[in-house]
Amino acid sequence: MSARDEILAAIRTATLAAAPLPDVGRLEAVRYPDIRDRFARSVVEVGGRCIAVEGSLEEALATVPEYLAAKKVVSLVDGVSRANVDLLAVSDPHQLHDVDFCVLAAELGVAENGACWIVHHGGANRAAAFLTQHLAVVVPAASLVHNLHEAYERILIPSPGFAMWLSGPSKTADIEQALVIGAHGARSCTVLVTP
Amino acid sequence: MTGHAGRAAAFVGNGARLHWHDQAVWFVRNKRDVARGFIPEWEELRSLGSQIKAHTLSRLPEYLEQFERNAAAAGAKVHWARDAEEHNRIVHGLLRERRVTRLVKSKSMLTEECHLNEYLEAHGVEVVDTDLGERIVQFRREPPSHIVMPAIHLKKEEIGELFHERLGTPAGLSDPRELTEAARVHLREKFLEAQAGLTGVNFAIASTGGVVVCTNEGNADLGTSLPPLHIACMGVEKLVPSPRELAVFLRLLARSATGQPITTYTSHFHGPRPGAQMHIVIVDHGRSRILGRPEFRNALKCIRCAACLNTCPVYRRSGGHSYGVAVAGPIGSVLAPHVDAKKHAGLPFASSLCGSCSDVCPVRIDLHHQLFAWRGELARRGLLSWHKRLVSRVAAWVLARTWAYRIAGKLLRVFGPHVPNPWTRQRDLPPMPRQSFRAQWRKRVRAR
Amino acid sequence: MDVALFVPCYVDQLYPQVGLATAALLERYGATVHFPEAQTCCGQPMANSGFFDDARGLARKMIEVFAPYEHVVCPSGSCTSMVRNHYPDLLPDDPGLVALRGKTFELCEFLHDVLRVRPQGRFGHKVGLHQSCHALRELRLGSGSERLVAPFSKIRALFEGIEGLELSRLDRTDECCGFGGTFALAEEAVSCAMGRDRIADHERAGSEMITGADVSCLMHLEGLIRREGKKLRVLHVAELLEEATR
Repeated sequence: MSARDEILAAIRTATLAAAPLPDVGRLEAVRYPDIRDRFARSVVEVGGRCIAVEGSLEEALATVPEYLAAKKVVSLVDGVSRANVDLLAVSDPHQLHDVDFCVLAAELGVAENGACWIVHHGGANRAAAFLTQHLAVVVPAASLVHNLHEAYERILIPSPGFAMWLSGPSKTADIEQALVIGAHGARSCTVLVTP
Repeated sequence: MTGHAGRAAAFVGNGARLHWHDQAVWFVRNKRDVARGFIPEWEELRSLGSQIKAHTLSRLPEYLEQFERNAAAAGAKVHWARDAEEHNRIVHGLLRERRVTRLVKSKSMLTEECHLNEYLEAHGVEVVDTDLGERIVQFRREPPSHIVMPAIHLKKEEIGELFHERLGTPAGLSDPRELTEAARVHLREKFLEAQAGLTGVNFAIASTGGVVVCTNEGNADLGTSLPPLHIACMGVEKLVPSPRELAVFLRLLARSATGQPITTYTSHFHGPRPGAQMHIVIVDHGRSRILGRPEFRNALKCIRCAACLNTCPVYRRSGGHSYGVAVAGPIGSVLAPHVDAKKHAGLPFASSLCGSCSDVCPVRIDLHHQLFAWRGELARRGLLSWHKRLVSRVAAWVLARTWAYRIAGKLLRVFGPHVPNPWTRQRDLPPMPRQSFRAQWRKRVRAR
Repeated sequence: MDVALFVPCYVDQLYPQVGLATAALLERYGATVHFPEAQTCCGQPMANSGFFDDARGLARKMIEVFAPYEHVVCPSGSCTSMVRNHYPDLLPDDPGLVALRGKTFELCEFLHDVLRVRPQGRFGHKVGLHQSCHALRELRLGSGSERLVAPFSKIRALFEGIEGLELSRLDRTDECCGFGGTFALAEEAVSCAMGRDRIADHERAGSEMITGADVSCLMHLEGLIRREGKKLRVLHVAELLEEATR
């Protein structure tokens, strides 16, 4: 008998009365009177910055000091003039080790936790999103939802290969619980909410 | 005194460190309380989490098969391991086939249970734990003392000394930001040099074949977006039916663990990166046996948030290492005896049965009830000391007979204060009343 | 209303004043109090140590002793919880047990829920309320700090009509005192560390005295207080209410 068969057989002998699957849809999950405001505050709570884009994306990015100082910029969003790395042309993700700034597009944002759903990340070269020193995420205001239940109703899973919730910059509190922003991933995360 | 009690006594003996550790971990419990306050439906969410897990466990074979089918369809290769040894062999086999000698690992309590690191190192693989807390304890060659905050037992000065020795940071440096920066630089090198990345699995989605990994540091993502091989290790109990149910757990997990609304990265892996490989190892290692025990099976609902550790007054005052197992605290104390009841017979007694753990558990595991049930199980299996058994037997004999009880009570009140007994080592006995309640009641009744 | 007193063994032998205060209170609020003399112990120490077999016989004795009575009241959260929540583990399908569980109450919940009294009186002291774990989390005498539920406390409700009584504000409102039965000896170091932390919390909060629904907790705290020569008075809720409403 293979390990698989043995394990499944062992589990089957542990006869369990069927327990029903509860209907998650019946839950009245938290909603907010001002979803944009709540989203912005959640982003700040998780250590990020939230900017409402009024003019062009480039104009909004120009207010982000890390963007202006960046030498190597990856962007998966159009209209980022300082982008100078073509992810499609990168043959080995290790080459992205010195990316300073990376701009990603989010499919939606969640007000309860400041999380952005990222499905476009460069595929084979998604390492850019993690190696980068600083991140920016562009999220359309119309795509904001109140809570994670609403989010999962909308997003398509499985997103081929890889997708993630990104909520703020990387962080750790492993040393005496002191919160340090910028652990292994991005040191900063600026969320740009477009109209 | 051996086992937990002995190690706990040593921990308590260092008064300043005791209070520091207790306060540090209590602080995390408080953060959970604050986070919970933002979710009015919190208690309903806990019930949903508990019911979803109960349902999933009741149909586990179907969900496992569904998961395997869908994961394979997404391009991952699925392996099955009956126990720790088989798991270690499979993982090593995958590495050996590809001549991997440099592995980066993100947090996986399962691999701690299986002692994977030692196995791989003995077979010539350099294993780098990339979670900052895990790397710290790895440097110190000690196990983590907490599921979520592996180095919570260490002061920043101690970590500073450690990094000075291992990473060449300046002597006396103890600022957490600067120490973290040093670790960032060091681990970046490791990520870039790694030939394979191994992760745990927080949740496995049956309906899609996806694997979800939650981190704050980004180490799981760096470890899986650079090397050409991703190995994901999971216990059979990690399944959730579909993304709809996943949402419930994602809302419960980080809030229960650290008081955050969600971890920075919640990565959904469906098959490998283009041009790379992904292998999933599904592990039993005693879980099917636990499933067969109605009074203990709820422990399989655990999502490893460590809320029970943070609230446990005993954990906070004894530290993770005093439990002698990979996963400490209340959940550790109900899981460990399944693996080795004799060795871990003391753990269900390392508790005052206060019940706080059961009330913070995001999936409503009846932890304190299981601790009580384990005590009965251990007694039934004859694993408790003969003198404890004798004391209990004698006491039961006396208490079954009202006349004998009355005599014993009188003897206690008369001679108690004069007989050395363990209670009086640190506590006074109450002043002994001349008459018991029943004697005084009798007098009262007669007087009427 | 007829009430049978279930007096924990250690109250009977070591804290008879708590049993007497309990009886006095119940009588003050109109109950006729009986004390079935055959009772001894609910078996908690044996069960707590894992020896369910030894506890089983005592559970049967309890069922028998209290069978003739309609209400059983006990000045102990842990003993009451033993009967209501743990006896089913010992005697799974016992019909006598079903009856006993349905009629056994801890004192505060009996006063609050059954007799529905709101004591009026005077007790001009700053008192620290120790929330005993079994009473709080197993009998749900209060909401507890862990759960997100509408706050309530039956003991606080019973104190509302007592003039002059000020409840101190603790840093940790319901952390365990560390008694835990056999835990107090088996894990003495942690047990005493926990007890000392509770006492320190009360001292910081300015409690003149500590009260609670379980003599076991109070015995442990008092033992530490006396050993360290501190001046905190320790008394059971029954004693407090009885004194306050005389």
